[in-house]
Amino acid sequence: MPPLVQGEPAQLTSASEQLPAVELVGITKAFPRVVANDDVSLVLRRGEVHCLLGENGAGKSTLMAILAGMQQPDSGAIRVDGRPTAIDSPRTALDLGIGTVYQHSTLIGPLTVLENLLLGDSRRLRLDFGGARRRLQEFAAMLGVEIDPDSRAQDLALGRQQQVEIIKALWRGSRVLILDEPTSMLTPQAVAELQKVLERLKAAGLAIVFITHKLHEAVALGDQITVLRAGRVTGSIDREQIRASSPEELEAEIVKLMFGDTTEAAESPEAHIGGGGQTHVEAAHGEIALELVQADASGEGSQPGIEDVSLTLRFGEVLGVAGVDGNGQRALAEVISGQRRLTHGEVRFMGAPVGKVSVAQRERLGLRYVTDDRLGEGIVAGLPVSLNLVLKRIGKPPYWRGGRLRRDAIERDAQMLVDRFGIRTPSVQARAGTLSGGNIQKLLLARDLSFDAKVVVFHKPTYGLDLKTTHAVRRMIGALRDGRAALVISTDLDELLEVSDRIAVLSRGRIVGIVENGPGAAEQVGRLMISDVTLGVRDVVDQELQRT
Amino acid sequence: MSDSVSIPAQPEPTDVIVAQPPRVGRGSGRVRSRRAAAAGDALVRSLVPVILALIAGGLLLLILGRDPVSFYSDIWKGGIQQGSWEDSAMRGAPLLLIAVGLTVIFRANIWNLGYDGQFLIGAALITGIAPHLLSTPNAVSLVVMFLVAMAAGAAWTIIPALLKSRYETNEIITTLMMSFIGIGVANILVKGPFQDPTVNIPQTRVIPLDHMLPSIPGTRIHVGVLVALAAALIAHFVLTRTAFGLRLHVLGSNPRAAAHIGINVRRLIVSAFLVSGALVGAAAAADILGVWGYMRANWNPAYGDTVIPFVFLARLNAVAVIPFIAFFAVLSNGGDLAASNAHLPTDFLLVLVALILLFMTVIEYLGRRRGLGGSYLTPGLRAALRVPLLRRRRASEVCR
Repeated sequence: MPPLVQGEPAQLTSASEQLPAVELVGITKAFPRVVANDDVSLVLRRGEVHCLLGENGAGKSTLMAILAGMQQPDSGAIRVDGRPTAIDSPRTALDLGIGTVYQHSTLIGPLTVLENLLLGDSRRLRLDFGGARRRLQEFAAMLGVEIDPDSRAQDLALGRQQQVEIIKALWRGSRVLILDEPTSMLTPQAVAELQKVLERLKAAGLAIVFITHKLHEAVALGDQITVLRAGRVTGSIDREQIRASSPEELEAEIVKLMFGDTTEAAESPEAHIGGGGQTHVEAAHGEIALELVQADASGEGSQPGIEDVSLTLRFGEVLGVAGVDGNGQRALAEVISGQRRLTHGEVRFMGAPVGKVSVAQRERLGLRYVTDDRLGEGIVAGLPVSLNLVLKRIGKPPYWRGGRLRRDAIERDAQMLVDRFGIRTPSVQARAGTLSGGNIQKLLLARDLSFDAKVVVFHKPTYGLDLKTTHAVRRMIGALRDGRAALVISTDLDELLEVSDRIAVLSRGRIVGIVENGPGAAEQVGRLMISDVTLGVRDVVDQELQRT
Repeated sequence: MSDSVSIPAQPEPTDVIVAQPPRVGRGSGRVRSRRAAAAGDALVRSLVPVILALIAGGLLLLILGRDPVSFYSDIWKGGIQQGSWEDSAMRGAPLLLIAVGLTVIFRANIWNLGYDGQFLIGAALITGIAPHLLSTPNAVSLVVMFLVAMAAGAAWTIIPALLKSRYETNEIITTLMMSFIGIGVANILVKGPFQDPTVNIPQTRVIPLDHMLPSIPGTRIHVGVLVALAAALIAHFVLTRTAFGLRLHVLGSNPRAAAHIGINVRRLIVSAFLVSGALVGAAAAADILGVWGYMRANWNPAYGDTVIPFVFLARLNAVAVIPFIAFFAVLSNGGDLAASNAHLPTDFLLVLVALILLFMTVIEYLGRRRGLGGSYLTPGLRAALRVPLLRRRRASEVCR
């Protein structure tokens, strides 16, 4: 077994004078039609968290793919511990001690933690479980976490799964750890815990690359911040500057680096964060749009269902639903959309019970669901954008007459929606699967907000989107206060605080409380999320998930 | 859906839904040429395996000490010349109907592999009731018998259909099981209630010639061939231009999306099965009423097995499958003569079919490397087949 951390341990005093763990110099990588990285240089030092910021398509992923050995740069050099090195395959990267934790879990759910960790270990015929168990203990001690080696990966909470992923990335003995948007699925508590883990990894002498969209995380966690835009490094903020500036100054500086000096881009995120809480107090007194009465529904697999959920959503209102992922969010959304059957209780839409009404009919009534699983169930990747836009109206006039498809009508309206929602696509005939994540979400929004939408359920509406698209989506949600209504299910508390009038908290399939948005709401919601919990949150969540 | 993992993926249909009409104005030339290029690629991909199989088959004949030239010219003689093309056409009719029936359901990524049972149940019922319909007008009795066969074929899919739609039971297993039961039941019917009492061989009574399907004037070809061609054209229209066809496509390419956009997935699964079974039943009617006129016990032509490669070669396109079926009909019809002249068993023709399948796989692999045309396979299965290219592909995904 290699040592836990390769290379010599960091000296706390002179980390910056030391030889950097990895140096990327003048990396250029071009693909047909786009230069993904243009003369990018990056220095990763032991014992430092290096935050990499940038919009989607800024070139972060390509840079990390080069570092992980999955792409070869067209030009430029990589130096590991000062030695010029060619990382010509993912295996080489692993042997060099460069480990990556991807945004989405790569653990195999039904396998145990130990089995997952041994997956990459093909060096000998017989799996060394005893050795792996000891090694896992060492890593857990180093990270300051407790992990049951024999529980199945799918039974762990997301934060815990991520810890296993980190250990998996470090398994072969790491000097560099790449984290790709590690906080996007986590609760505030899990983020805090991740922060502690990062501190310990730093102390152990690892160089960490932290990719994120979230400015405040970069400011809070980074020892060094590099901003990429359109494949180029637009700016770097070093340790001294981070220490010397206030968080607000830093965020302003980063926004400038990310979007350039154009006022439109620079103001949109800031203005929005500030202006979120004020406008939506008086509108919340419309008629009842959507009502859940003691609704029960069963879950699927390790995902819990919902139990005795009662909610009231009025026209002109945005109701947020907060909670740790995997607490019945999907069941709640699908019960409203009609994709999941109620086992008890009732769903009423504008006063009328719709519990037995089909998905298609609810859609036609104006009850919409913007799914979080955009690729898995949102779009049909092989069909053109135009058909995807009208897919929920399949077989209905004016797009189908007598069962026959009317291409002209479909394409005309699709073009209109593409223009109105700013979906970037070569044409309406392009296959939907070729669009970027943000544009796929815009496609889904165009489909579900159009055609007389009255009540829209959003599930993680901005998950994985870049800053600009995120704000565009949040604006669209806010626009529903014009007399329509929105239910926003999100694991991102900041998002809910920004868009909602009230925030309900979903825990283990139950609504444990509803909070009026305003000053102090964040703390109240946070407290509700961990209510009746005296142990650490993650322990309880883990135990719950194991029990169910 | 959980079973999308366990069930083999099927090819993405080449599709008029996806292909777009040329747009007028700027850029239309480019669109058209791109479409032409895509069509050309598809043609290459479809024909090359056939040509390679014929070449490899020729080499095999050489090794066996036969003359490939005379073998293939015998096929030409026996399959095309001197009116034998008419026999080939009639041989193709049931094949085409089964191919269309499989195309419809494969598009929904559902595997109806119970075609033999569906076919034989339909055939047995027709030969059983035919003697009782001799007094009714010919047109009426023929239509009734077609409908009976179609209903029988459809009925034989109901159990797998309901099991799949209710409980997501793997239909590969259930249709195969139902097929074995169907073959057995058909034999029981032929040996039991439908047995011709006047003969000692277990077979049904023979339908009089004047009660069989009429010929197209001026030829010996029965009208069942026209029925099959019409079925292919109608199926193609339905699959590519109607809401039903699009629903099947959505179900086939993303079943979770089908549920999300409000398609009644359970009902659609059952409909797809019924249509598929009915077309297989129609194939039985066309074959019995057009060619055989009676059924023997233990008769099982297993048309579906030979048809499946062509359904995939045509990439689930109900019209594109016609030339392939025509090709195979000529091959098998002329092959009888060629094989007996070359002193080979007729099973040698199945070797040719197997070679076609083999070369489809080879072309699939090469085509991926060279970017040649569309694939026969869905992206998931394609990825699994391309292990040597894994690294390059993953990298391109990462940077996207």
